Amino acid sequence: MSAAENQQAASKGQDAAARLLRFVLPLLVALAGTAIWEAAVRFGQIPPYVLPGPVAVIGTLISDWPVLSQSLGVTLLTTLEGFVAAAIGGIALALLFNQSKLLEYSLFPYAIILQVTPVIAIAPLLLIYLPQQTAVVVCAWIVGFFPVLSNTTLGLNSVDRNLAGLFQLYGASRLQTLRFLKLPSALPYVLGGLRIAGGLSLIGAVVAEIAAGSAGAGSGLAYRIAESGYRLNIPRMFAALLLLSLAGIVIYAVLALTSHLLLRRWHESALGKET
Amino acid sequence: MRGLAVDLAGVTKVFDNGVMALGPLDLAIRHGEFVSLVGPSGCGKSTALRLIAGLAAPTSGRIEVSHRPGAQRPGHAIGFVFQEPTLMPWTSVRENVRLPLKLAHVAQGEADRRVEEALRSVGLFEFADAYPRQLSGGMKMRVSLARALVTDPDILLMDEPFAALDEITRFRLNNDLLALWRSLRKTVVFVTHSVFESVYLSQRVLVMTARPGRIGAEIRIDVAEPRGEDFRMSTAYAAYCREVSAALAPSYSGVSVL
Repeated sequence: MSAAENQQAASKGQDAAARLLRFVLPLLVALAGTAIWEAAVRFGQIPPYVLPGPVAVIGTLISDWPVLSQSLGVTLLTTLEGFVAAAIGGIALALLFNQSKLLEYSLFPYAIILQVTPVIAIAPLLLIYLPQQTAVVVCAWIVGFFPVLSNTTLGLNSVDRNLAGLFQLYGASRLQTLRFLKLPSALPYVLGGLRIAGGLSLIGAVVAEIAAGSAGAGSGLAYRIAESGYRLNIPRMFAALLLLSLAGIVIYAVLALTSHLLLRRWHESALGKET
Repeated sequence: MRGLAVDLAGVTKVFDNGVMALGPLDLAIRHGEFVSLVGPSGCGKSTALRLIAGLAAPTSGRIEVSHRPGAQRPGHAIGFVFQEPTLMPWTSVRENVRLPLKLAHVAQGEADRRVEEALRSVGLFEFADAYPRQLSGGMKMRVSLARALVTDPDILLMDEPFAALDEITRFRLNNDLLALWRSLRKTVVFVTHSVFESVYLSQRVLVMTARPGRIGAEIRIDVAEPRGEDFRMSTAYAAYCREVSAALAPSYSGVSVL
């Protein structure tokens, strides 16, 4: 093995070590944090209605699983509906805006107003006018919709000018330009928007569920948190919170993976350092 | 006369901001001719090319681009090579070259055959399935050239295509381009900053003046084909370069080089 090869092998080893560290270190932090938490609760003899230890939280998660899993399903379904609506609505509206400036000028300000008005303030109104389940989905849609719209718009407007000229030169139709040029070059931006929208849809769903409070039967995780709060069932609050957090992580991971798979062949963001 | 491939008469172009970019410009290019446009930055060389390609409309004047006799493929008479390779990064070399055919709804089998032919002509057939990012700058430029050739255009418009390449790659591509031109006999309009490149490649060098761009001088390069590396070292070549540089000098007088 030559010196250069040795060096290369060594640097490859370092890369692997660095990757391992990035995975192991946060895990160690989590373990240490949990251990300190549990220790503080045990040795400080803190009662579970003030602060339950992690063991108690996991215990509640298992014992209350039938209730919590059902709520998780409700929240995830709401989030998914809101997200899909945001994705379709955001992309479709961006496409319309891209085809007609008049439409963009007329409607874009309202999209911004929808975005800057806090959803927690809109939720009670929506709950008056819409059936509860619909209102919750609409809230999830409102917060997820704007990032998709603005990112897609940005992407559609970032098409390489020379490539656009080339399409013009070869007499491409509007549809061809959209399909073969604008959509592929906007794809990384759209995926970025969707990644933001995924997390925001969950937030929108949770906010709306809390605003809905005990009004209805469709009881999501946020509703469980609120309800458990009233009953001072603190361990269950923590368990529900844990599930929400995990749901958020999974949503982000799924979207990030999708984005990576779609872009890995060509886009800078998804390429390794050396290719 | 065997007819003109490109005929510009009194063409002017005023930009939206009121800047007079071009003209009046008269330009007559015969079929099969290799013509270079040389001039200072911002003299409207690229604008002239875009006008010929129909990518922009002239403010006044007449532009005629003729087809080869018998050729009946309106809209595909022109191939354009930009300064940057201008490839679609999200798809393979093959699909990039296929693009003009796809936009023209050419049948799959026919398109496959022509894409292969175009890629072979620039020596990149083995890289058909590579993505643009995997290629070097010179190879990307070859792909761009293959894409311009795939429709078998009558006229090839090239806008400083090799300006961003290193000298060795540029020389090689110059030779390849000349070889292609000799075998395919296209009309080529080549815009460049480089006096040396213009003399090496063309039959006729048109020197443009500073804005608004006009033809300041015309220099015929009468050298027996095929040209090769010998020509690049010859005294005749040096003399032509001196002549073109001299014609170019007035455009730069009084203009800060920086």
